[in-house]
Amino acid sequence: MRLKRIKGIKFGLLSPKEIRKMSASKIITPDTYGEDGFPIELGLVNQRIGVIDPGLRCKTCGGRMGECPGHFGHIELAAPIIHVGYAKMIYRMLAATCRRCGKVLLGEEARAKFLDGIEQQKEKQADVGDVVKLVFKEAAKNDVCPFCDEIQKRIKYDKPTGYIEIDKEDKERRLMPTDVRERLEKIPDEDIPLFGMDPKNARPEWMIITVLPVPPVTARPSITLESGQRSEDDLTHKLVDIIRINQRFMENRDAGAPQLIIEDLWELLQYHISTYFNNEIPSIPPARHRSGRPLKTMTQRLKGKEGRFRGSLSGKRVNFSARTVISPDPEIEIDEVGVPKDIAKELTINVNVTERNLEAIRETLKRGSEHPGANYVRRSDDKKVKVTETNHELLAEELGVGWKVERHLQDGDIVLFNRQPSLHRLSIMAHYVRVMPGRTFRLNPTVCPPYNADYDGDEMNMHVLQTEEARAEAKILMAVKRNIMSPRFGRPIIGGIHDYITGLFILTWGEKRFEKEKAQDMLHRINIHDLGEPAGTFESSSSIQVPYWTGKQLFGRILPKQMDLQFRGVVCEKCIERGEKCKKENCPREAYVVIKEGNLVCGVIDEMAIGSFKGKIIEQIFRLYGEDEAKKFINDAARLAINCIKQSGFSFGISDEDIPKEGKVQIREEAVYAAEHKVEELIRAYDAEELEALPGRSLEETLELLIMQELGRARDDAGDIAERYLGIENAAVLMAKSGARGSMLNLTQMAACVGQQSVRGERINRGYQGRTLPHFKSGDRRAEAHGFVRASFKDGLTATEYFLHAVGGREALVDTAVRTSQSGYFQRRLINALQDLEVKNDGTVRETRGTVVQFKYGDDGVDPSKSECGKVVDIDEIISDIVEEDVGA
Amino acid sequence: MKKETLSILGHELVPEHILMDESEVKELLDKYKIKRVQLPKIKVSDPAINGLGAKVGDVVEITRQSRTAGKALSFRLIIE
Repeated sequence: MRLKRIKGIKFGLLSPKEIRKMSASKIITPDTYGEDGFPIELGLVNQRIGVIDPGLRCKTCGGRMGECPGHFGHIELAAPIIHVGYAKMIYRMLAATCRRCGKVLLGEEARAKFLDGIEQQKEKQADVGDVVKLVFKEAAKNDVCPFCDEIQKRIKYDKPTGYIEIDKEDKERRLMPTDVRERLEKIPDEDIPLFGMDPKNARPEWMIITVLPVPPVTARPSITLESGQRSEDDLTHKLVDIIRINQRFMENRDAGAPQLIIEDLWELLQYHISTYFNNEIPSIPPARHRSGRPLKTMTQRLKGKEGRFRGSLSGKRVNFSARTVISPDPEIEIDEVGVPKDIAKELTINVNVTERNLEAIRETLKRGSEHPGANYVRRSDDKKVKVTETNHELLAEELGVGWKVERHLQDGDIVLFNRQPSLHRLSIMAHYVRVMPGRTFRLNPTVCPPYNADYDGDEMNMHVLQTEEARAEAKILMAVKRNIMSPRFGRPIIGGIHDYITGLFILTWGEKRFEKEKAQDMLHRINIHDLGEPAGTFESSSSIQVPYWTGKQLFGRILPKQMDLQFRGVVCEKCIERGEKCKKENCPREAYVVIKEGNLVCGVIDEMAIGSFKGKIIEQIFRLYGEDEAKKFINDAARLAINCIKQSGFSFGISDEDIPKEGKVQIREEAVYAAEHKVEELIRAYDAEELEALPGRSLEETLELLIMQELGRARDDAGDIAERYLGIENAAVLMAKSGARGSMLNLTQMAACVGQQSVRGERINRGYQGRTLPHFKSGDRRAEAHGFVRASFKDGLTATEYFLHAVGGREALVDTAVRTSQSGYFQRRLINALQDLEVKNDGTVRETRGTVVQFKYGDDGVDPSKSECGKVVDIDEIISDIVEEDVGA
Repeated sequence: MKKETLSILGHELVPEHILMDESEVKELLDKYKIKRVQLPKIKVSDPAINGLGAKVGDVVEITRQSRTAGKALSFRLIIE
């Protein structure tokens, strides 16, 4: 078939003539299948309007099931029916046109003005809706026709499909659909554009249905239940109802039944056709299935998340995909994904057999359905054959050039890997397959941050690429190593987390000495066999001089040879901001990291060096040495960290929260009691009216503010005291300081003092009148009575403390629940608004029509993932580079 | 009594709007290879346009302070 190009889309109404013309069959019988099991002639499941039974042929086009797309049929309605979808529009038109001559109730002048306005809007390709709205509003105001001087009556819209005419004496008359249609027919073609319609495509009277199109059976297929019984589609059920009532209506009318009965049937037919279009119309009861389930009719098929648009067209289920739980594997490369063998055997890649790969594929085929095998072959005569236990050897022998083989997923194949919610482009990246035993996807922990994944039961999806173009594109644009730099903030998003940071921190902190054996043990598995010169020797017990290497030295082995870099780690205490001088190389915390010619001269490796989101070293390597080197470094660093932390082990227990007795006393006396005392002092001052209000605040607010400040300080003080007793040898302190996990605040709360609980940034004030709990006196303002928890988690909370802590904790829970749903919806709206914007080659951002949105992308034309933290250039770095060169020279 | 109107143009939060003459506009359109209607739009009733004596179909140049680029230029077509 020749490819055709869509030139335009036209929207309009179907005219009865058109419906009859496109109909392949008249539908008269409300039944579907006859007693012989074949579809009934002129029935609803009609062989002229499409086939759904295998083996039968379409009587219209001769196509078999799957070939014939289906054809429309039609039902001749005994009386016209209002289309619910247009009911409001019909009302507006009735109110805006003359009841005798049908012209729009506008004077010549106004008419011309509005027509001109609509014409202008169309020229601008803008919406005519606003002008049309004005037309209806103005025309409905006229109660005398300017053309035939007919006095107009008021029209009342009786929802959902009734119209009532009211005259001056308040006499009401119901307009039947026939009357309505008559009136709409009278509207002259010249007046139709005033309603924003084109009379050739949409005459108003076509909004009243006289002929009902019947969708092809392919659009409402029946399903055969296990019992052999047929179950018809909801639409078919509805059509059956319509035909039945339609017939009854006709019979009754022909028999000359009384007007009352006719009107009742008419109403009933209207109900069935209305619910056929939309079964969720307010004010009418929904049509139900025999079981009581509301029927899913036209509108319900299209609307909402699972509807045709959002459910079937914007997103749908796909083949060549797999989903399972993820689990960590630090031994695989960062751009690999471990795929369970069972999945690899199910997912296939299509390969064309050529002279070059003939033998290799023959080997694959010989294995049959054993893992790196094949599931199907397509022979050169285009016949598809399933590979089975019995035929695989035969097929391998027959295999020839020109065949196509659907082979299993193998090591090295490229696949897309995704975790929902897909909030940014890094949520889908290309990984290389590594087939493994087990039932989970294996993922290197360093790529968790971009996916925001953890291993507490998260599931992820995998998609196997099917064409060479797709594979090339994935490799070039979506590969993990291509996406180490985040397009959001211009820093690496892939990097060390948790134990990786801890491991390297332990390795490089202070001067750790390693004998040759231990050093090699750590490095040989990352393929570094040259340890370099030892840092020195120490005397062993048998007084032999044993050479040793420092941890810093070993870390230097994984850095690129010529690398130079200086920065301050997360352990830095910002001496400069406090007005003190930075001691640089002599920093007692080893915060100043210096890398010279690929050696770690001083400083400790922490989150700032190799962590995801920060990762200065990763950033530098990516910029200067490229993505492959960066990938290698992340891999090496991760393995070195694991090898190092494995030597000593690393754990945290309840006893790590212990503080010596004198520390406990100090915390209680100096921090907690002191603060509580000060709070009481403040309350006394307030009661004695000695307190002075802060600017812009009431006396009461001032008091609360000062108390909050005082108690906030109490917790910090308690933390500071605790810190004095917990050194870097404490695992929690080490993790907090190095940025691996947790914070000093967490530790403070565990070991020293939980502190003030708050709701909406204030102390807890809710509960009973004047007090939070019955345990306190009304009007008690003391710290304890409003949610100050003086205990630590280790010590355990008192009953009142526990309760008030739960009050504060609830807010945090509610907050996260509300935030995620809100930000999800906000994201959806943003995506819908921005999805078609594109940065063109000239740097402008444009939408589809070519209209400029931004003259320069982001005002500066910079791609953040290729910038220094979002800036065009990092001037500080350049200056320090030049200064250093000058000093050196 | 004459109604006094306040000009907002001098305010620091209002970016500078300058009316472009026809040759400048042509140069701009040629530079980006666009038609006049493909420019971003601004209503003639916009307070920033009011004092310029501009009419529908004119183009203004807007100089904004930008966090990323310091100063950023933008152009808008005046519409009804």
